Amino acid sequence: MTYKLLAGVAALAVGVAVTSGAAQAQSRDQIQIAGSSTVLPYAKIVAENFGEAFPDFKTPVVESGGSSAGLKEFCRGVGPDTIDIANASRRIKDSEVEACKANGVNEIQEIRIGYDGIVFATDINGPDFKLTPTDVYKAVAAKVAVDGKLVDNPNKTWSDVNPDLPDWEIAAYIPGEKHGTREVFEEKLLAAGCEATGDLKARVDSGMDEKAAGKDCMAVRKDGAAVDIDGDYTETLARIDANKKGMGVFGLAFYENNADKLKVATISGVTPSTETIASGEYPVSRPLQFYVKKAHLGVIPGLKEYVEFFISDQMTGPDSPLAEYGLVAAPEAEREEVRQSFESGAAM
Amino acid sequence: MTDTTAERATPDSTRVPREIGIRRRYASERRFKACGLIAILIGLACLAILLFTVISKGYTAFLQTEMRLPITFEKSVIDPKGEAANNPRVLMMANYPTLARDALARELGVDPKDRAYSRSLSGMVSNGVRTQLRDMVLADPSLIGTTQDVWVLVEANIDSAFKGQIDLSVDEGRRKINDLQVTWMKELADRGVLKKRFNTGIFVNGASSRPETAGVGVAIIGSAYMMLTVLVLALPIGVAASIYLEEFAPKNRWTDLIEVNINNLAAVPSIVFGLLGLAIFINFAGLPRSASLVGGLVLTLMTLPTIIIATRAALKAVPPSIRSAALGVGASKMQMVFHHVLPLAAPGILTGTIIGLAQALGETAPLLLIGMVAFVADYPTTPLQPATALPVQIFMWANEAERAFVERTSGAIIILLMFLAVMNITAIILRRRFERRW
Repeated sequence: MTYKLLAGVAALAVGVAVTSGAAQAQSRDQIQIAGSSTVLPYAKIVAENFGEAFPDFKTPVVESGGSSAGLKEFCRGVGPDTIDIANASRRIKDSEVEACKANGVNEIQEIRIGYDGIVFATDINGPDFKLTPTDVYKAVAAKVAVDGKLVDNPNKTWSDVNPDLPDWEIAAYIPGEKHGTREVFEEKLLAAGCEATGDLKARVDSGMDEKAAGKDCMAVRKDGAAVDIDGDYTETLARIDANKKGMGVFGLAFYENNADKLKVATISGVTPSTETIASGEYPVSRPLQFYVKKAHLGVIPGLKEYVEFFISDQMTGPDSPLAEYGLVAAPEAEREEVRQSFESGAAM
Repeated sequence: MTDTTAERATPDSTRVPREIGIRRRYASERRFKACGLIAILIGLACLAILLFTVISKGYTAFLQTEMRLPITFEKSVIDPKGEAANNPRVLMMANYPTLARDALARELGVDPKDRAYSRSLSGMVSNGVRTQLRDMVLADPSLIGTTQDVWVLVEANIDSAFKGQIDLSVDEGRRKINDLQVTWMKELADRGVLKKRFNTGIFVNGASSRPETAGVGVAIIGSAYMMLTVLVLALPIGVAASIYLEEFAPKNRWTDLIEVNINNLAAVPSIVFGLLGLAIFINFAGLPRSASLVGGLVLTLMTLPTIIIATRAALKAVPPSIRSAALGVGASKMQMVFHHVLPLAAPGILTGTIIGLAQALGETAPLLLIGMVAFVADYPTTPLQPATALPVQIFMWANEAERAFVERTSGAIIILLMFLAVMNITAIILRRRFERRW
């Protein structure tokens, strides 16, 4: 008979859950954010400070999971049971904007929060590396041109790539394909190196059309010299701990937090730092942004305040907690422009 | 038989031991035992290595460096215009970190306004003092104007340096703590102002971007809500299903099919249940994202097959004589089940349930898609509010860049392992206490 009771309780629990869930969906009082794991640490800092500075609002919930997963969730529709903000370490794609429109998410506001640098680093006791996009391309590309002919990448050591580099076997730990970082790595290094070496031309000459050649430039060798890291930078750091002659790709913020363990390589003679990235001297950087549903502004309590708080100088200025963590603040004029564009409600 | 008589007939002196392979069989038995022993030793060695690495990395997380500062709650900082009485927001928004910075400057005998020092001073104290001091003032506004000794948290990098986790021999520019701060840290430690104290924060705080104020409190509550949901739903449903299948259902092709399906479900990867949860509970039923109730429902689906299989095994283990005896004295089938079979099977059912729960407690994959892999700072008051879970918190901390999160990750693993150990020990105790042997 106790079992009848138990069954009753269970049925009641489900009933209560479903009905109160429906009630809850109509009035959400907590901002929900999802997206890029690169933006996550920044969003967390802002969310926490927001919760402390605005006691009337709850601390926003920030999910991790990647830019694409976040944008997909973002484009699922409008209403309290969908997320309010998607963080992204890349710009939203046209296909994603289309998908959003199809689900009724018509007005999206893009908010740029600053820049992130991508750095190459070795173990702290390693030699100095002075890389160029050409070196990186020659070290990790699947095929390179030798005497005008495309062959499988023959380079075994960094000194094969460029006699000025140390005689280390190539072991590059690069971001996996699901990372937003990978795109920047491909565009700013592989594609640039491919063009600079004339390999792009060699590819076109060998009969590929322009687009296929560009794509082929970004193919990474699969013989073990370049390893895709699908996890986070902590995994890359662990790989370098294990293989002291490995070279890893990190975000600037991560490197700065672990500068006692890592030595950073220069790219085209420029040492990555917040200053060189902000000035545009350091070539491998990308903008970070988040996307807000305009329809949710003024409906979800605190959403407008959160966005304003995020783009205020006390959060994303040059002397802010985010800059301290490793975000490269945008120039003053650009920050002002972002604020004005949010105020004016300009949607994409 | 003729063989043995012939054997017996041979005189003892000339007897050649008959080859019946005794030695060989003993040897093979010894070999088998050795293999078994080696297997167990390998298992134990792996466990020992795991526990050693986790505990040696993580035990420091339960200690936290703090400073005892004589903080003066100056009215000129907290409530300069004297409007706190009619505007409570003043007390909320006041610049409390300044109070801690000034107190630290006084302790060290330096001028807090000096630009050379002010940054380094602020960098010593955790930003968590803002809420700590604010809560003190809000709880007791009469503190304003007085000086109180308060234990405040130090900044995470100072904490790591004090615990020896940051290499201080490298160049100053390569670490997040400068030489001045190292000198101050040592001076304060010598005077007994700065020391390691037990870290209650790691148990009670919610998630935080600052390692020193980060804790697994929200994760524990989230996990507890989920376990409760699983227990309330999976146990009755699982037991009812098993009793029907085992005692009442006719044995035919349909029940065979159901059995195969249940066994299959038990082996389905847990991420699949996450997808199902997203489709049914969030997209269709409209339950809120990141809520521990949804997590509990998903884990219920995942745990049900385990509980059904364990319960059926427990029911099968009750000897048929018990059933026959009950039916023989005139009990109905229902009475037989509920008065005799179920009480005898209860220890087995409970063990299966607890093992299923322990498995569910350690799951992250199904929670990813329903939005529970998230930064959640506020405590959930109901299972419908966003929460996270213990293994999720471990996963999130493992991906953090700050050095101080390394020990906290291991610390959180220790906490999770303790919960699992308690659950499994409970399962063993229940079995020992109530088990009947025939």
